[in-house]
Amino acid sequence: MRSFVSFLVGALFGLGLLVSGMTDTTKVQGWLDIFGDWDPTLAFVMGGAIIPMAIAWRFTVGRKPMLADAFPSPPEPRLGRNLVLGSTLFGMGWGLSGLCPGPAVASLSFGGTGGVVFLLAMVAGMMITPRLRNRMDQAALAV
Amino acid sequence: MPIDWIMGLAGGVLIGTAAALFLLVNGRVMGASGIVGGLVDGSGRHDWQERAAMIAGLIIVPGLAAFAVGGSETHLTGNWAVIVIAGLLVGVGTRLANGCTSGHGVCGISRLSLRGIVATAFYIGAGGLTVVLFKHLLGVI
Repeated sequence: MRSFVSFLVGALFGLGLLVSGMTDTTKVQGWLDIFGDWDPTLAFVMGGAIIPMAIAWRFTVGRKPMLADAFPSPPEPRLGRNLVLGSTLFGMGWGLSGLCPGPAVASLSFGGTGGVVFLLAMVAGMMITPRLRNRMDQAALAV
Repeated sequence: MPIDWIMGLAGGVLIGTAAALFLLVNGRVMGASGIVGGLVDGSGRHDWQERAAMIAGLIIVPGLAAFAVGGSETHLTGNWAVIVIAGLLVGVGTRLANGCTSGHGVCGISRLSLRGIVATAFYIGAGGLTVVLFKHLLGVI
């Protein structure tokens, strides 16, 4: 049952990405390009997505999920180096390509060879990150 | 209001509804990088079925919808070096930061998580600077 809901969530998410135009890299790069022909669409997508989600978070107070024992723990207050460094690296890749993980997966069937290569590179990056993180932590300890 | 903005808003509501469903029913945060990342680095082995089912829906349904409307274009650059480097940066960056546009952006900001807000400020800032540098100054993209 949880897997069926997960499939449904992926389906709605993917449909939303397609409808909103977020699988089109020119719209994403158009949003990031404040000195060019700026495209505000992404702000509407973010706003539209945050509204139902903000209501959902309010609904979690004092309740339990329908098919799980507990809701996610409250957000961690600590920011940390990895959050800032990781988000900066992600932003650079996002700006270069116009793709973030959701749309990269959602456009797999129609994104051509380039889309497949991007996804493979992204997965490779994800696979090496635990080792990279360990090495960075050791280096930080040594200093 | 241009049609693109309305479609953006409508698509956004669909994305937010998907995230709300995942939270209220499965008790999970809908973050694309976390769901894919946990599957490929082994950290999400215990609930791989849910992750795989979510990814299956995320691939199949927009694929069918795009096919139904006569196809869709991503307009991704044809520069292979840019594609590979960008893919690696997105993969490493989102896993290091523990989230991307969906996890930190949609799910984090909507609960006023400081980490989500800071992460979003940094990836949008870095993305904007990258476009300025590589498009307007270097002309690579």
